[in-house]
Order: sequence, then structure tokens, then C-alpha cells
Amino acid sequence: MNTSTLSLQLLQNMLVVLAAPLLLGWVNTCRAWMQSRSAAGIFQPYRNLAKLFQKDAVLAHNASPLFRYTPYILFVSMWLAAAMVPVIAVDLPLSTVVDVIALVGVFALARVFIALAAMDVGTSFGTLGARREMLVSFLAEPALMMVFFTAAAISHSTSLTTIVGVLAHKEFVLHPSLAFAAIAFIMVLLAENARIPVDNPSTHLELTMIHEAMILEYSARHLALIEWASAIKLFAYITIGFALFLPWGIAGVGEWNALPLALVLLVIKLAAAGFGLALLESVSAKLRIFRAPEFLGTAFLLAVLGILTHFLRTSVA
Amino acid sequence: MNMQGQLIDLFASLLLLISFAMLAQRRILRLINLFAWQGLILSVSTLVVAWSSHQHHLYYSAGLTLLLKVIFLPWLLHRLIRKLDIKWDVETLINIPTTMLIGIGLVVFAFNLALPISALSATITKSTLGIALATVLLSFMMMITRRKAVPQVIGFLAMENGLFFAATSATYGMPMVVELGIALDVLVGSFIFGIFFFHIRETFDSLDIKHMEKLKED
Repeated sequence: MNTSTLSLQLLQNMLVVLAAPLLLGWVNTCRAWMQSRSAAGIFQPYRNLAKLFQKDAVLAHNASPLFRYTPYILFVSMWLAAAMVPVIAVDLPLSTVVDVIALVGVFALARVFIALAAMDVGTSFGTLGARREMLVSFLAEPALMMVFFTAAAISHSTSLTTIVGVLAHKEFVLHPSLAFAAIAFIMVLLAENARIPVDNPSTHLELTMIHEAMILEYSARHLALIEWASAIKLFAYITIGFALFLPWGIAGVGEWNALPLALVLLVIKLAAAGFGLALLESVSAKLRIFRAPEFLGTAFLLAVLGILTHFLRTSVA
Repeated sequence: MNMQGQLIDLFASLLLLISFAMLAQRRILRLINLFAWQGLILSVSTLVVAWSSHQHHLYYSAGLTLLLKVIFLPWLLHRLIRKLDIKWDVETLINIPTTMLIGIGLVVFAFNLALPISALSATITKSTLGIALATVLLSFMMMITRRKAVPQVIGFLAMENGLFFAATSATYGMPMVVELGIALDVLVGSFIFGIFFFHIRETFDSLDIKHMEKLKED
């Protein structure tokens, strides 16, 4: 680890944390366009965050320290997760020491804390949300692992940087197994980020909410951190998707002059992904909560099929 | 591996994906549309095999598949659905997530079964034999787990798709006479099924085949 890679890591960290609300704003804007509403502008998430940071926080009388620390833990672990993913360059000190399994662990850590905090105050909504979140995430996690294993089986490594290196910088080969994994990953992304087929991020309806129910008790800076963390989570998931399935343009080791191109490509890919996400959310209806296991079961099935087709090909060829 | 081999692998995977989609499908009209898509993919992949292996009779079978399984049979089934007025949801004996899990088991079984066979084969498409076998088994399971007659027939037709794909992937297709014979069989079979549907419904007022179990008592 030298100063140049360290500065690259810091640059990426700042980029992720500052650009994440912008991505969320872009998704919301696209969705507003598709639903013939006038959009609030792509900078609206920043304005929301600024407003929340100025307010005074209100805590329940019986809130334990866990409740107060959870937003910080959540924010830091999401930031850490996003820092592990090669977003613009492979040459990151953080992503060489950890692999995708650690990444899943970091996501799980944040999830456990938010579920505990939701149950901490003891309101029925928080408990309801925490239970639903656990239902969704325990089904989504194996599918996510299987997606990672498919990519790992192709590149013989669970480290994201190696996966990107093998997929982006070697000879182009069509991998049907990656196509399965990509569909499964999109389904997991929708479920894990509380997006429409599983959860609706913009309602406060008792019957439908999952993620929102958990954070109803939070206010002001705590809420701002949680909102920001979920924006970073969405950003992290989308960039993991890029690293696994669209790794072209991510700068390789020591390729400093490839960085501007990597940035431009990243912006284009993010814009396209945000548009696609908004499109998916506009054309699909929200599933009943009891249909969510079926949805995620399908994601798991696709991921398993991906890994199976990969082994079928390699064992014969 | 060359580009054609990769393309055929991709089509094979799509075939498997559609088999699973059919297994998970609740609406009968979408089931028919998926069947048509499966036929289209089968036809295109046969075309690619024909092109890469210079087997001219495969062009004819690709065309035949296109005409019969993408255009004619789905049209016939759509017409039957309209005439019989049976746009109900498909009923299954086992719930759909369980069906999918059993499906994964079948795929693993089929892949293992195909390994020694494809090791003997020398064609460029040999790695797809397992997928073809899995498609056959999945369609078979669809026939078993569906309660009504129309999805069972679609399962039968999808099974035929899988067999056809197995033939092209293992040996570059059967002799032309056999292929024509099978195509004709399927055609005649689906006509007979169509007539059966009307008779079953006239006799039992329903297309649920559990009523037919009573017949064996008499």
C-alpha cells in the first residue's frame, strides 16, 4: 500500500458518499417522469438531508444507547461496504484485504443492528418492520451468495478486484451462467434496497411497508444518517452489479490515465442503471408480502442455475 | 470455445430458463406464450447448429419448428382457450416454490446423468445435452403437477421441444424422415388433444382430469 493507492481509496470513498444521494435523486426523477409527475429535481435528497440535519432529534424515553448508536453503525458499515467495491479502479487497499463474503457480512451487520434498533423502543410498527425485514433478508442472502459464487467460479477467486480483473481485462467470452446470475442479482437488489416489487420506499401504509416501519421512531440527524446510508447501500449494490456484470471501464492496476474514462463510464452506467431501476419500479406492481418468498426463491433458483450451468460447461469442455 | 458454441450454450440456458418460467407460471395464456418463446429459441439454436455444422437437413427442421411450434400450435391453443372459455389460473398439486426446489434437484440429476454421455459425443454442442435432459424432466414434472388438461398438454409439447433439442445437441439431429414423422405426430396429437378437450368438458363439465379417475371404477 503506497500513498497513490491510498489517495485513490480516499477519492473513491468521498465520491461514493457524495454521489449516492444524487443517484437516488436521479432514480426518483426518472420515476416521476415515467409516471407523468413533475420531478422534485435530482438534488432533492441533498435538500432533505440538509433539512433533517438542522432539526432537533427526539428520542423515546425508553430508548437504549443501541437505538442512538445504530444510525452511526449503519452509516459507517454501508460506507465501508461501498469502499470495498471497485467503483472506478481495481487498485484499492481495502478491497484487496476483504472479499465478497466479508461484503455480505458487512451488509448483514447493518441489517442486524437496524432490526434490533427497530425493536428497541417497543412499538408494534418497529417490531413488524424488523420481522418483515428479517424474512426478506434471510431469503435474499443465500441468493446473493450464490450470485457471488457464480462469478467467483468463473474467475477462481472471491475477491471482487480479481473478479473484475478477470472479466474486464481478459478475452471476451459469453457466460450464460453470468446472465442467470445477473437476473438473480437484480431481483436481490430490488428486495434488499426496499424497492417496489417487494417494498415501496415512498409509502407509509401499514400493510405494505417494511423498511419504513423500522425507522418510524427516528428523527432529525439520526433519520438523515439512515436515509443517507440507504442511498449509499443502493449505490453500493449497483456498483457491485457493475463490477460483476459490466466491469468494462474500471481502471486496472496502475492505470492512472484510465481514471477519467472510468469516471465518465461510471456516470453513464449509473444513469442507465437508475433509469432501468425507475422503469422496473414503474411497470411492476408491489407483491403481497407472502409472495416475497416466492420472488426471492426464484432469485435463488436462478443463481443456483447459473452456477450449475457454469459447472456443466467446464466439466465437459 | 468458438462463437457458435457460445451462442448455442446461451440458447440452451435460455431454454432452461423458460422451462422454469413455465413451471412457475400461474396464468394459462402466458404459459402458451412462453411455449411459443421456447419454440422460437429452439428454432434459432437449431439454425445456429445447422450453420456451424453444415448439416442442411437441420435448416428444414429449424423452419419446421418455427412454423409448427412458434406459429401454428400457439395459435391453435389460443383458439381453443377462447372457444372453451377457460382463462382460469393454472392449479397445481404442489405449491410453486416447492415445485421450483424439486426442479433444481431434477436439474442436478439431469446434469450428472448427461456427463458420461456428453463425454462420448464429439459435437460442438455436447455440453448442452444436460440442459436438454433437464428440460425434458422439467416438462415431465409440469405434466405431473398440473391438475387441468390444457397445461398438461403444454407440458407434453414442451417435453417434445426438449427431446428435439437433445437430438440436435447430441448427434446433430435425427434423420430427416424421423424428424418429419415426429412433427406430424405432434401435429396430429395436438388436434386429437383439441377434440379431447371438448369431449372431456362435455362429459364432465370441467377440464379437471381428476373426474376421469372415476371411470376405472365402472
